[in-house]
Amino acid sequence: MSLYEKGAVTGVGETKYLRGTDRTALSFQLEASLNAIRDAGLKPTDIDGLIPYGHGAVAEDFITNFGIKDLRFSATTPMGGASAVASIQCALAVIDAGICKHVLISLGRTGYSGGRIGTRVQQMPQFRTIGEFEMPLGAIAPAQLYAPMARRHMELYGTTSRQLAEIAVTTRYHASLQPNATMKNPMTIEDHQASRMISDPLRLLDCSLESDGGAAVVISAPDVARDLAKRPIMVMGVAEGHPDSPSAITQRPDLTTLGLAKAAPKAFAMAGITPGDIDVAEVYDCFTYIVMCQLEDLGFCKKGEGGGFVENGALGLNGRLPVNTHGGLLSQAHMAGMNHIVELTRQLRGEAAAQVTDAEIGLVTGYGDMGDGALAIMRRG
Amino acid sequence: MSDYEKLVPSPTADTQPYWTGLQEGRLCLQACADCGKVRHYPRPVCDSCYSMNVKWVEASGQGKVHSWTITHYAFHPGFKGELPYILVTVDLDEGVRMNAQVRGITQADLRVGLPVKVGYDKVKDDLTLPVFERVSS
Repeated sequence: MSLYEKGAVTGVGETKYLRGTDRTALSFQLEASLNAIRDAGLKPTDIDGLIPYGHGAVAEDFITNFGIKDLRFSATTPMGGASAVASIQCALAVIDAGICKHVLISLGRTGYSGGRIGTRVQQMPQFRTIGEFEMPLGAIAPAQLYAPMARRHMELYGTTSRQLAEIAVTTRYHASLQPNATMKNPMTIEDHQASRMISDPLRLLDCSLESDGGAAVVISAPDVARDLAKRPIMVMGVAEGHPDSPSAITQRPDLTTLGLAKAAPKAFAMAGITPGDIDVAEVYDCFTYIVMCQLEDLGFCKKGEGGGFVENGALGLNGRLPVNTHGGLLSQAHMAGMNHIVELTRQLRGEAAAQVTDAEIGLVTGYGDMGDGALAIMRRG
Repeated sequence: MSDYEKLVPSPTADTQPYWTGLQEGRLCLQACADCGKVRHYPRPVCDSCYSMNVKWVEASGQGKVHSWTITHYAFHPGFKGELPYILVTVDLDEGVRMNAQVRGITQADLRVGLPVKVGYDKVKDDLTLPVFERVSS
């Protein structure tokens, strides 16, 4: 049993990404969903499975707004920023089981205009342990909780802040090429180095944005995917991985390894390829360090070599591994990685704003909730 | 002391002895009453033998710095007055880790392996937080 090519991305949709709105997260989520459904050439009533991002719209909202008469499946994948990609595995499983033909995965948020991150995390039940034992000490936000992982990597392997800057600078350049990105001003390594410290070693320009908007994708059964509006993007391999001590980074045996390290071998084996076969990678980038760490956990380089791997524009459109060609969470918008799936699909269709030449096989990762990971490997169908 | 504006813990039946210990100036860690494995943070089940029988052991309070961060931005208004502050992740001699702010340790002192010991900071009548201090040589 394998989920190899048991589903395809057939539609992708986004709203305009913003930093400031009076709209609701629900309206963004529904607008992005309608865009994804239209992109596939489907009608809203064709959707028979729903995996909305947690803490947002629920199945009832879609039934009510879209007039869906026979919804067959709904679930959430509570893995924070890994949820969107983990939802692809869930979608393929229910499609392969014959339950659904078209599963809608969607997200809408008012991360800029609504509750900001500092207050949001405290309210999440999966963080009750750190809520009791770490937040009262002043370790509250992801930037502070992840910084010791980056510091440990620096102390063990000599990784530098300038290497992290390479990731921020390349990602910003990619955003500057987009019609729908919120941060397009040019950035240099010196700009990064001059940006204020948030939680050492993470500077302001190591941190992702808080954004308003929505993004969505439709996953369809392979037999029907071929007859839709766009070329299907086949899912070759998909997996999720949970790190040891998933909620409390402090207690994790190895601070420099994420849940993705458990998912990557499974997804590559399912796909029957190796990292060397990847033409483009959309890698969850809540922080620059998390990108570098995932590149190691994916097997693009050995543990400890990520700093050297990202140097000299290696992640640019013509670099050794084009990464976050849409500008990512760092510079396009923070859509919890749903925008990464949208971008990978466009790259493999050949319709991206900053197109990687001849991109045929790519991957997208998710990372969230202090270390959960997910990975999907796709090819042009 | 009544105007304490930071986040406070809400101890449960599983975790209360840890907080009571701090109030008494002792670092108490949860351990399995059957196989003896020490665990932190406190929780109902031993992940080694699955026993739910619990005992509490007084820790040495000694450890070594594993990693750290220096926070320059107040993610909660209660911490605005003490920026920047150092948070260290420490390998306790008992084999588990702990997170805490420091007392008497500066950025220049920080290194992996720096020996530290736990201290106690009574921040209000009913709450004592751990802090890490230098080990005097």
